[in-house]
This record gives sequence, structure tokens and C-alpha cells, in this order.
Amino acid sequence: MANRAKQIDRFTQVSGLAALLFVALLALGPLVALGFKADTATGLTGADWAAVRFTILQAALSAILSVVLAIPVARALARRKFFGRGALVTLLGAPFILPVIVAVLGLLAIWGRSGLVSKLMMSVGADRISIYGLAGVLLAHVFFNLPLVTRLILQGWGRIPTEHFRLAAQLGMRPTDVFKQLEWPMLRSILPGAFLLVFLLCVTSFAVALALGGGPKATTIELAIYQALRFDFDLGKAALLGLVQFTICALVAFLSLRSVVQSNFGDGLATVVERWDVSAPLLKWQDGIVLTSVAVFLGAPLLAIVARGFPSLPNLPPSVLSAAVNSLTVALFSALLSVLLALTLAGLVDALRSNQNSLAKVVEGVGLLTLAVSPFVLGTGLFIIVRPVADPFALALPITALVNAAISLPFSLRAILPALTQNRKSYGRLGDSLGMAGWSRFRISVWPNIRRPLGFSTGLAAALSMGDLGIITLFAPPDVETLPLLMYRLMGAYRMDDAASVALILVVLTLFLFWVFDRGGRLGHKS
Amino acid sequence: MDINLENILIRQDDFSLRANLILQKGTTAIIGPSGGGKSTLLLAIAGFISLESGKILFGERNLTNAAPAERPVTLLFQENNLFPHLTVFQNTALGVRTNLKLSKAEAEFVEDALIKVGLGGKSKRLPSELSGGQRQRVALARALLRDRPVLMLDEPFAALGPALRHEMLDLVAQIQQAQNATVLLVTHNPDDAMRVAENTVVVSDGVATPPVPTEALLENPPVTLASYLGK
Repeated sequence: MANRAKQIDRFTQVSGLAALLFVALLALGPLVALGFKADTATGLTGADWAAVRFTILQAALSAILSVVLAIPVARALARRKFFGRGALVTLLGAPFILPVIVAVLGLLAIWGRSGLVSKLMMSVGADRISIYGLAGVLLAHVFFNLPLVTRLILQGWGRIPTEHFRLAAQLGMRPTDVFKQLEWPMLRSILPGAFLLVFLLCVTSFAVALALGGGPKATTIELAIYQALRFDFDLGKAALLGLVQFTICALVAFLSLRSVVQSNFGDGLATVVERWDVSAPLLKWQDGIVLTSVAVFLGAPLLAIVARGFPSLPNLPPSVLSAAVNSLTVALFSALLSVLLALTLAGLVDALRSNQNSLAKVVEGVGLLTLAVSPFVLGTGLFIIVRPVADPFALALPITALVNAAISLPFSLRAILPALTQNRKSYGRLGDSLGMAGWSRFRISVWPNIRRPLGFSTGLAAALSMGDLGIITLFAPPDVETLPLLMYRLMGAYRMDDAASVALILVVLTLFLFWVFDRGGRLGHKS
Repeated sequence: MDINLENILIRQDDFSLRANLILQKGTTAIIGPSGGGKSTLLLAIAGFISLESGKILFGERNLTNAAPAERPVTLLFQENNLFPHLTVFQNTALGVRTNLKLSKAEAEFVEDALIKVGLGGKSKRLPSELSGGQRQRVALARALLRDRPVLMLDEPFAALGPALRHEMLDLVAQIQQAQNATVLLVTHNPDDAMRVAENTVVVSDGVATPPVPTEALLENPPVTLASYLGK
């Protein structure tokens, strides 16, 4: 019988194309707007160039520090079984969904001018330390990205076959040989991608620069855009800087997509590799010190927030309620939109993969576009587009939700697409032969196999949107607040205790949202 | 060299395996249903799993608690015996020096071993450029170089076709004779056992029985083995 070309069913086609068009317009429309508006006559001033240099410098240093420090941490975690290991691995996952501004507040409580470390320094007669500027930006970026890279490397360790460790033990390899033959090849395959990913995240991390950077020496491109839009109202300058930012991100995103980083966040973390080359007491001490330092570095800021925020919970400002409602609404809307887009796009990509692979790659590429178009660039472009027809400040919340959905789309797509393709490869023929189609096929064959990544992605998108302090600062008028923005405003007024109690509420709501969706994806899931 | 398993008990979660037997020089097959503990037995002898109780003696030496490298054993796994980034030569040379710094004479030994397993001229290849059978030949060449009195193979040829599998089994038999070794071969195929093993151990229901002559065993299998063989 002739091998009939597989028809893509109508629903997948229409919904996929609609999502494709929507995402393409959302990602590319603002870029076109920036192109028209960009003030190329004046060009970049000296201060702008300084911002470009600082952006690249801090991102590169952050990425190097995160990657280099993550290696011993992952190594120690991979080869030691100890009480609390599970808790530590969970703690490593926390920064990824922790709202940036909350972490900054926690870091200030430890490392700030009136923080714990400064107090210790003063008690021994030394000076306070100040972390505003490059040091603070690096500290915050390492706080966020060291755990991320550690988890990536830990998965790499988990993928080294058990047989190889057994072989090493049988041959009597020394620790240096084990490093050279087993661990280094694995690291070499993971580190470049991890470096680029962290670099990209640090180029686009607006909230950290806003809270800890600033001034002529520590202004990032996004901070310069923010100032041009909100204070100087210089749209031409903002647009030009937006294009510069896009160029850098697009370049890095392109490179990082080529070096495939596994975006599978859940796997390979639980297993401890059984080893026979690491029982020396010196190595045990070394691993113990590394793991304790990391636990303190990550845990102390979080504990500081709880300690500080708890007492002032009763006298929270009344505006916290409306801010919480705003945050939750934006997060839910943005998460659902993001996952809906990801699911329809992934459906189209997967259907195309089976017979038109190059077209599938183009569609997937559009879905990943927003990796290159940072939220700030999107926001600036949307600002320019919306302004002639409506008051952009009145649309602060819908635009924030929309942009957040676009930003988390690549993560959702990367989580859902592999599951969908795997499902087709495993059960596609079975479904065909049984004549299953449409809704019943989705419900019986597809849904059970994608609900886990789907739940995880929804939770992640909701958490990222809950913590967003980027777009909202561009658009929000004084009377509209989300929880992160309220926190930032309280911090600006030096009401740190109140900010900490808002932080507590924000963290609890964020973790709850993530937990509900992630858990929902696993409920009743066997294996 | 004889291996004496004295009343050993291995416990892993809710799985347990007992054995009280002596494995003699020559080739012994280990056969039984999957999940019965065949691989576990080899891993315990090689020192990768510690015993709950009992002793393991190699000859007269009690090596119950010795590290894997201190045991007179080479264990071949079903897969992943080679490092993918090292050449055939380097993978083999690990059997001589784990830092791969070989003298000229040692390098010649490595080439000799590769010729003996039928891989002459392939020393610069990477594992990905070899077939499954060739990859296991590299592991056998390494075993030759290590020259340990005990060679254990954990279903090493399960993925190969019949003709190739026979060829590999014959190679193992050759190595056994040349080195006068104690060979333990885990297999799920009674034909493999018939072909190379004088004696066979049955592992099922958490117990490894003492070795008995293969031919007699297969002609008149006990109940547990019979149901596994489908007789």
C-alpha cells in the first residue's frame, strides 16, 4: 500500500497558525515600531555606550562566576548522600521562581549597608560594605544563576552511565583520572550552553539593575531605556537602545540555541551516583564546606525576609490587597495564555515534524523568538504602538500579562514539545491503527503524557509573571500596583520592614500558584 | 582460581539473594529469569554491592570488603564498557594505565591485544564508529590486558545476532583457555550455556543454586528453570 502523506488535522492547523500569527506579530511588531521610531540621527552617546559596555561586562562576569562556582557544588551534590540532600536540591530550585525583588531585599538584609555582614564588619572595627553597583549586580545574579547552573550540571552527572563509574572503580582510576575521563567530557558538553543561558538571563535582568545598579557606572541598557521613557520621555532614544538590546540578545540566543541545553528541570536530580574514588577524608571535608556555604548563601537571605517581614505583617498597608488581586489576575491570565500558545504551537510543530521538518523548525523558531526579544524591548515597542491609539498607562496590567505570556512561551514550548513528539513516536502508530482521532485521541493518548510538563510550565509561567518587575514599571501609573511594584516603592521609601512583609505574601502566593499547577500535572500520575 | 561464596546474603530494598557455593576454574554460566538477581550476583562478586552477611573468598583470600580495583576480577557490562570520547586504542589502554601514559612496550601490548580480538588496524576509531560486537571486542581486549584470574560477563552479547554471538562466545572460550581463567557468563539463552559452559548456576526466587553440569541440567531441569525455559 502506498505510504500516504500524513494529513495534519484541521484543528491543529487552524489553531497552530493562529498562535503562530499572534506570536509573530507580538514579537516582531514592536521591533518594527522601534525601527521606525529609533533616533538614528543622534546615535548613541557616550553614556549609552557606557551602558552597553556595563551590560555586557556584568553579564559575562555573572555567567563566569555562576558557572565556575556551580561545578564544585554540583560535584559535591552528585557524589554525597546526606541528611537534607533533598531539601538542598529543592532550595536550589527556589531562586528560579523566586520574585527578583524579593531576593534583592533578602540579599540587602545580609549584604546591604545595614545588613548582617556590615554589622559584623563594624563589630570588628572594619567599614560597612556597600553592594550597590557592579558588586551587587553580580551578587544577585550569582544568587539566581548559581543554583540554575548547578541543577543543569547535576543532570549531566546523572547522565553519566553507572557502568562508567563502575569501570573506573574496577580499573582503579584515581580521582584525577575520573575527572579527566568521566567528568570533564560531560562538563565540556554542558558548560558552554549554561554560560550562554546565564549570560542571556543577565543581559535582560532589569529588576536587579533597577534595585542595585544605576548611576553612570552601573547602568544597563534596559535601565537606560527605562530612564529615557519614564523620565526624559525620549522615545527616539528608547527605541534606538531597544534595537541595540535586541541585537545583543538575538546574537546570544542564536548561539545558545545551537548549544543545546536540556531544559528538563525535573530529571536526574534525585540520584546519587555511587562512587568508589571519593572516600578520602579531605574530599569529604571539601564537599561538606562547599555544600554548607551554598546552603547558607542561598538560605540566609530567605530567612532574613521571614524574620523581618513576619513581625510587621499585622500593619500591612491596605493597598496590598488590590496589589495582590492585580498580581494574581495578571499571573493567571499570562500563564494560561502562555501555555495555550505553547500547546497549539507545539501541536503544529510536531505535526509538521513528521513530514516537513524544515517548516517545523521555522515554526519552532518563531515560538522561541521572545528569547531574543527581551520583555523590555517588547514593552518599549508596545508603548510606541499603543500610544497613538490609547493611553498606555491605562493598559498597564493587560500589557504586562501579554508580555509576560510571550516571555515564558519559549520555556513552555521547550517543555511541552519534547513530550508531544515522544508521545507521537511511542503511540502515534498505535493511535493511527486504532483509528483514534480528534478530541478522543487527545484525551486518551496525548493528555496523560503531556500533563506533567504542561502543569510544570503553567506553574512556571504563573510564578515568573507573579514576580515580574519589568514591564509593570514602564507602564504603571502611580495608582496601579502589583505586589513586586508595591515592594519596590516601599523599598524606595526605606520602609524595609513593610517591604519584607509584602515580600512574604508575594512569595507565599507565588509558591502556591506554582505548586497548584505543578501538582495538578502530577496528580494520579503513575511512575 | 576458585571463588567461594560462603553463605552470602545480598539485600536491596525488598529484594534479597542468597548463595552458598563454589565457582571453579573454567566457564560457568549463570542462568535464570530476568529480575532474579543474576546481575546482582556478579556486581556483588566484583565489589559494587556490599553483602549483608557471608564471605567472598578468591582462592584462599577473604576479599569480602575489598574495593573493586583490589579484586582479581574484570567485569564486562552489557553496554557502556567504553568511553565514547576515547579511541579504541585508548579505551583498551585503560587496562594498562588509567592515566593513559604508556611506554612504547606497553603500547605494543595494547596493539597485540587488539589483534587477538580481531580489531587489528582499528585502533584509531571511536566507539561510535564500531558495531555493537566490535565494541564488546574492545572491552575483551582490555580484559586480556588486565589479565585478572576471574572474567565475568553480564549478558554481553545479548544484542547480537546468533552467528555473531557464537563468534564472540568462542572468543571468550579462547581467552578462558589462554589465561586459564575462571569465567562467569550471565545469559538468558540456554544455547549459550551449552556452547561454552561446563557448569551452570541457576538464579531464581532469591537463591543461587550451586553449579551443576550444564548438559545434565538442561536435559532434566528443576521446576523453576523448566518454567523459565518453557519446558
